Amino acid sequence: MFRPFFIARKNANNVTQVPMAKQTPLYATHLRLSGKLVDFAGWDMPLHYGSQVEEHHQVRRDAGMFDVSHMLAVDLEGAGAHDLLHKLVANNVDKLTVPGRALYSCMLNAQGGVIDDLIIYFFRSDFYRIVVNAGTADKDLAWITQHAGGIGVNVTARRDLAMIAVQGPNARARTWAALPGAEAASAGLKPFHAVWFDDALIARTGYTGEDGFELMIPAERAEATWNALLGAGVKPAGLGARDTLRLEAGLALYGQDMDEETSPLEAGLAWTVDLGAPRDFIGKSVLAGRRVERQSLGLLLIDKGVLRAHQKVHTAQGEGEITSGTFSPTLSRSIALARLPAGAAAGDTVEVEIRDKRLKATVVKPPFVRNGKILIEGI
Amino acid sequence: MNIPADLKYAQSHEWARLADDGLVTIGISDHAQEALGDIVFLELPQVGRKVKAGEECAVVESVKAASDIYAPVSGEIVAVNQAAADAPESVNLDAYAAWLFKLKPDNAADLDGLLDAAAYQSTL
Repeated sequence: MFRPFFIARKNANNVTQVPMAKQTPLYATHLRLSGKLVDFAGWDMPLHYGSQVEEHHQVRRDAGMFDVSHMLAVDLEGAGAHDLLHKLVANNVDKLTVPGRALYSCMLNAQGGVIDDLIIYFFRSDFYRIVVNAGTADKDLAWITQHAGGIGVNVTARRDLAMIAVQGPNARARTWAALPGAEAASAGLKPFHAVWFDDALIARTGYTGEDGFELMIPAERAEATWNALLGAGVKPAGLGARDTLRLEAGLALYGQDMDEETSPLEAGLAWTVDLGAPRDFIGKSVLAGRRVERQSLGLLLIDKGVLRAHQKVHTAQGEGEITSGTFSPTLSRSIALARLPAGAAAGDTVEVEIRDKRLKATVVKPPFVRNGKILIEGI
Repeated sequence: MNIPADLKYAQSHEWARLADDGLVTIGISDHAQEALGDIVFLELPQVGRKVKAGEECAVVESVKAASDIYAPVSGEIVAVNQAAADAPESVNLDAYAAWLFKLKPDNAADLDGLLDAAAYQSTL
């Protein structure tokens, strides 16, 4: 009966079907906490530890933590690091002048499609760290290494690191309670900045629409750090809650809301593309010369039901498609991100094909929720 | 895992209960609700609709997935559980109390073709 969004990795006889699934340094911890493990991009990851919806509310109202060690940190070191990023990413790393400053960007192919979206942390013009998605990590590394050749950049995949995202209105305070010395190191940290804490990096970034930290720590200290956070009242949350939180926050997911066939200008990511600077980057000429015919907007379902990826959307301007859809625990309604024809606008009523019905939805401008507050009117 | 001994089961995780009035009550198993996670929407069939065994006739949607529900035996839909549709989480709380629909079977003996609790347990 199941058409799951996340495909369970065990079959009916509990036999492992994918022999080579990778495990993070926190794998044993997830088992101990009764996490329901599923395959995600080749990794054994917790979908939830009991209730996805409760974990979602925990992050919106207090503090939750996610093991995101499946994502890959890559260090770029050497004299050519700045020039490499100038060429490889659509946002402009010249915006990064203060050590620790972070920048969100897409990395494009020559056709202007998105190879991956990533966060770049700046430390010096000869030292950056980027964090890329799990499912694209191998492809990204090959692409970056290919372009790093001969310009004096060492590319180091940091699989020796674990990453824990602590998110929620109380995330910072609870992190400080859990990790002695962390408050002194990070109390002054502004959003989208990071700071070294011994051999760990504390970044005030995340993927939930809430305040909080992303911690990059040596793998051998992952479990102790996780347990200290548990002791300080941070509750574990799985990939299920991570998905509903990011969707409420209007944050795009690679592979769903954009991919190698999608222009960032049609995926709601125009704000991350710097076409102005006299700088050439891969994909720029294509983006600059092409008309934008589609746009990413939010949908709020008026009728009862649940919006899902790939459902067809009928607008006055033509057909569109949902790229991510779910039931929003904060709104108690179904929401989606959809790629709609240019001209469709917030406030329009559209119809979504769900099985044999056409259900009414309102076009809205994401985000739906930020910092615990509902931002859509009429809810 | 809660698998009541007095019910019949389909391999696709529906349970069925034949009552003295000849009607069959249908829901999803405890295993199914747990696998689905937080249930947020039920699409129930029209009363009066005639269904064949194995036909899709309802949808249970959780936060993460939509799942088709199949008629375990052929018959006519005679009632749906509107209270469950209004509070879909009730299926998570007690999958055997929060039934989905009732049907009048074409042939009550068809229920003998479904799994008993022990046989259903062995499929999990």
